Amino acid sequence: MTITGPLLSDSRALSAPVDLNGTGHYVHWGVIQLSVSNLVVIGVMVVVFVAALLLPFPGGRK
Amino acid sequence: MSDPGEPSAADAPQRNESASVGWTGAVRRRAVAALPPDKLLPDTQPAYMASWIYVFGVLTVASLIVVLVTGGVLALEGPAWWHVSATGKYVNGLHLWSVELFMFFMVIHLWGKFFMAAWRGRRALTWVTGAVCFFASIGTAFTGYLVQQNFDSQWIAGQAKDGLNSVGIGAFFNVLDFGQMLMWHIVLLPFVLGLLTVWHILLVRRRGIVPPIGATGPADSTAATATAAPTSAPTPAPGEVL
Repeated sequence: MTITGPLLSDSRALSAPVDLNGTGHYVHWGVIQLSVSNLVVIGVMVVVFVAALLLPFPGGRK
Repeated sequence: MSDPGEPSAADAPQRNESASVGWTGAVRRRAVAALPPDKLLPDTQPAYMASWIYVFGVLTVASLIVVLVTGGVLALEGPAWWHVSATGKYVNGLHLWSVELFMFFMVIHLWGKFFMAAWRGRRALTWVTGAVCFFASIGTAFTGYLVQQNFDSQWIAGQAKDGLNSVGIGAFFNVLDFGQMLMWHIVLLPFVLGLLTVWHILLVRRRGIVPPIGATGPADSTAATATAAPTSAPTPAPGEVL
């Protein structure tokens, strides 16, 4: 069955920006195997960590 | 009019804090000495704390509170609710995503404290309790995956049993035993994690927030003034464990 019309647009609006159906993607470094989704989370953590060090804190108390 | 049989204020024994006996008095004296009220609930913090990197500890605690509350609701309602009803699925989702945020914030908190050498200034136990909290959280999350009661949890349990059997702990930590894993997840590990978290926070209050390397914290400078010999350095060297 093919979904068309408003249902399709609604499901697209609520769906993830990346197609999460199907098998996951993995990267390999020798014995180390890591899913791309976990790699993305680690990357976001590094970005947030660096941002926390560099961004000024508003209204610092003395 | 006062009751003649009631002891007046003048008759009341003068309370000598140091002479009070019994284990309750001893515990109170030790608790107040270790954590006086202004240390337990401070209303000011050192200037160096005005940095985003100091925010991740409290973000971790906030996420943990959401994890515990949503987990409590799931425990009360049961799997027929969280797998089927819309509200149940929503609370189940809240439980999952608050755990994701909890681990996310905790790892950044850990990185910040590691590169700050947060065990300086007699804060070794604070660091150790935080590190053990991290490992306890991994165990709690793992047993949480095992009690989802779906094909995913069956797959994880089937894979994990081989690994755990190979290191010899499968006999008493049996990932295929749903009841045992459920009790680890909702009783034993949350109890351990909760206890460690409270201990960790009280130690942070007692020893104070660790200053950046090269800076001096208020507690450190006070201690140095009180105990420093004329030839000793006023503050510990960066990286020194006391």
